[in-house]
Order: sequence, then structure tokens, then C-alpha cells
Amino acid sequence: MRVAEPALALEKITVTFVGEGTARYTAIRDATLVVRPGEFVSVVGPTGCGKSTLLNVAAGLLAPSTGEVRISGAPLVGLNRKAGYLFQTEALLPWRTALYNVTAGLEFRDVEAGEARRRAEDWLQRVGLRGHGHRYPHQLSGGMRKRVALAQTLILDPEIILMDEPFSALDIQTRQLMENELLELWSANRKSVVFITHDLEEAISLSDRVVVLSAGPESHPIGEFEIDLPRPRDVAEIRMTPRFIELHTRIWQTMKDEVLKGYEQQKNQ
Amino acid sequence: MNSKKISRSLRIWQVLLLVGLFAFWHVATHPSLVPPFYFDNPHKAAFFFGQPLEVAGRIWNWFSSGSIYAHLWVTLLETVLAFVIGTVSGLAVGLWLALSPTAAALFDPYIKAINSMPRVILAPIFGVWFGLGMASKVALGVTLVFFIVFFNVYQGVREVSHTVLANARMLGASERQLLRHVYVPSAMSWVFASLHNSVGLAFVGAVVGEYLGSSEGVGYLILQAEGTFDINSVFAGILVLTAFALALDWLVTVAERRLMVWQPRSGETERI
Repeated sequence: MRVAEPALALEKITVTFVGEGTARYTAIRDATLVVRPGEFVSVVGPTGCGKSTLLNVAAGLLAPSTGEVRISGAPLVGLNRKAGYLFQTEALLPWRTALYNVTAGLEFRDVEAGEARRRAEDWLQRVGLRGHGHRYPHQLSGGMRKRVALAQTLILDPEIILMDEPFSALDIQTRQLMENELLELWSANRKSVVFITHDLEEAISLSDRVVVLSAGPESHPIGEFEIDLPRPRDVAEIRMTPRFIELHTRIWQTMKDEVLKGYEQQKNQ
Repeated sequence: MNSKKISRSLRIWQVLLLVGLFAFWHVATHPSLVPPFYFDNPHKAAFFFGQPLEVAGRIWNWFSSGSIYAHLWVTLLETVLAFVIGTVSGLAVGLWLALSPTAAALFDPYIKAINSMPRVILAPIFGVWFGLGMASKVALGVTLVFFIVFFNVYQGVREVSHTVLANARMLGASERQLLRHVYVPSAMSWVFASLHNSVGLAFVGAVVGEYLGSSEGVGYLILQAEGTFDINSVFAGILVLTAFALALDWLVTVAERRLMVWQPRSGETERI
């Protein structure tokens, strides 16, 4: 039996940023990350460890200094057309209503306008925003804007979904609601997900696998943990289970030193 | 309801202030109402400052005889042409330079130089090049409008959020689609922010151009009146111009409200 190609493979990625003069900053060194088709992988690490950099490499927004990105076995050149990206900060087009933000990707692909509208309205309903399609982003709350962004990305049915701390700006209740919604949408149509977060609890409750990155610079994965919690999950309830606490303790052991290291570095800057 | 009341009483005070101003003007320039306190001759004040009733009479005559419409039409057409040509060219050049750094670096000192030049001084040259007709006034207005729009577009394109741009790219936008759906709308918001300025300057271009040499337009009317020391007609012309400038400004405000609904207004809190 042939083993399926990984949906996304980052192989020995090193990213060095060029500063002024001879200044160089190596954010990531020799990082390898493999995501199987339909797998939900979270990447956790202390602040400033290059998590977003890694994600931008996977998206093709940033070319790695060395190493290779493979999408379903094929090397990535330019933008990753099979990936959808959910950004940490505001990324909606502010001059478009919620509905037309959701249709944007279809429009770029020359999908007929009526058809695009129908599908977008369907997606707005799925993310719980029926009747809000005519509103502009500034007229929506933070949670609503995240939902629009989610619909905007998922409507294109990407093979790989890249998420960069998408819920970090939300309050804790809205956040757990969104996490449950995300799990529901994902389990209906399993895609590969790379989820970046600094919140270990969020990572464990959502994922199939958690990858821990070391503190930057020259960040790289230092541990991988399979999360064997049963699905479907409720992100609020699953935090109370013994198995969750056990996993949390184990991963935290690995992460703790790195978090302290990262904190020290930021303090000394 | 309370705020409505306040805004109404404010409006009443504004009108009263205007009436008071005209009343003062009338009393101070009337030969017999107050004894002359500055000029030795009671008719001198009226000679230098005009008289509001006379001014109103001139305006009434212009409009009732219909003689002003041709002049107003010319000035307005010059303003609109200068505004449209200046805005479109400013938009095009702004987009081009903002998106091609090499060209921007090459032209940078020249743009700075042309912008810091007092461009009203070009009016006589335009008169020589384009004649005394409308073209020279439009040209002057364009040089004034162009730079305002140009700098705003340039700034607008460079300040497009990187995340919004990356998002549009990830959603599959081609370079052309990025221009149309990200850069231009973003630049347009800056153009609108400068619209009040650029309409005003288009108007200035038209009137100054007329004033420096023409055979029609409101600026020409003022020039003629000045030549015969008809101070009342000069003031009448200024009042008509002011009214039209206000009307143009109001039109811009209406257009702005219509087209910029996506921008949070002040007072409306922005949720993040």
C-alpha cells in the first residue's frame, strides 16, 4: 500500500532576515514540519519564536533562505494556491460589505456573480451571520469579523488552511464559541490545518497533533505530541478531562524552559 | 430632541450674526447715518467699502437680466474641467509612481521641485500658450488640483495594510485584480479626503486665471468692475463666487457620504 503524500511538508526550512548593513537575523533554523491530509496540527511556542514566519513560508508569502516546501509532494513555487490563510490582524477589505468580502475569492476566480452571491450567502449562514451581509467590517464586532474572515477563506474550499492566532484578539467566551464552530466546520469537511497559537490549551483542545517550537532566534521544533482526545470535542468541556490535563502537563514540561528563555530575551532587548 | 433644539438655536444665531454684519456694513458706509469718524468726506466710506444695498442691487440685476449666467457657466465649466482632469491624471500618475519604486525614485526631486514652485505664477505663461480662452484657466486649475490628488494617492497606495494585501493575494487576486480591488479603493479614500481641497483649488485656478486675463467669467466681471472703481460690483462678484464655492463644497460632502459609507465616521465607535 502506498502511503499518501503529506498535504504540506516543510523540509529543513531556514529563514534569515537581512537587516541594515551586515545585520542578520535567523528566525528559523532547520525546521521540519509535516502535515498529513485532513490533519489538524497546532504549532505552539513562546512569543517571538517565528511561528508566523513559518506559516508565511507555508503560504508562499515568504521564500525560505534554505529548505523546501512541498504541497502534496510538489515543490512550492510562488504563492501557495492550495492554501487559505486566516490572519491574526484585520484582513478584510474594509470597503466591501461582509457579503462581498466573502465573494472576493470567487470573484478573483471569475465565478459568475449570481452564483458567487448564492454561495456566499450560504456561507454567511453557516458562520452564523445571516442578515449581516450588508454590513461593512467597521460595523461588525471583532467576533463577527473573524467569522466573515473564516467564511471568506473556507468558501474557496482550500486543501490546506493556515491560521495565525486567528482568535487571539477575541474575549474568552467568543473565543471558545469560535473554536467550537471551527471544529464543527472542519469535521464536516476535513482539510489539513496548521494552527499557530501561543495558547497551549487552545492548541490541545483543537488539534490532532501539537508541535512545540523553541524560543527564537534560530527557532526549530523541539517536541511533537499526538493528541488522542476523542472527537467530536467541546473545547470548554474537554479542558476538564484527566487526559487533557495529563497531555497539558507533559507538553508544558517541554515548553516551560523555552517560554522562560523567550521572556528573558525580550526583557533584555 | 435636545440636540436638535441646540442646533436650531445655533442656526438662528448664525443667521443673526450674518444680518448683524450686513447691518454694520450698511450703517458704517451710509453717508448720513453716522457722522464720518475716519474719512473727511461722508461718501468716502462707501467708495472704499461699497454699500450692501447697492451690492444686493447689482446681484439682483445680474440675475434678473440674466447677464451673469454666461459668466457663471464659463467659470463653473473651467472649475469642473480642471477638477476632473486634475483628479484623473493625479490618480493615474499617483498609482503608477506608488507601484513602481524605480520611477518614483527617479522623479522624486522633480516632483518636489514642481510642487514647491508657486504655481499661480504659471498663469501668464498658460495665457501665452493656450490663449485667453478657457484652456489657460483649466490648465492653471489642473496644476493646482493634480498635486493634491497625486500626493494623496501616492500616500494612500503606500499605506495599504500589508495584511489586507496579503489576504487578497491568498484569496487568489492577480496583480490587475489587486490594483482594482485593493489599491484603487484604498487610494480613493485618500482622494476623497482631499476632495474639498481640490475642488476649492480648481475654483481658485479658474477665477485667478480669469482675473489675470480673459473675456468672460466671474473673475473677468470683477476685473472689469475694478477697472472702473465700481467697488459695489467687485463685492457683488465676490459674494456670488463665495456662494458658488459653498455650493460646490456641499456637493462634495453629499458625494462623500454616498461613496464612503464603508468608512467609520467620527462619533461612531470603531470596534476592533
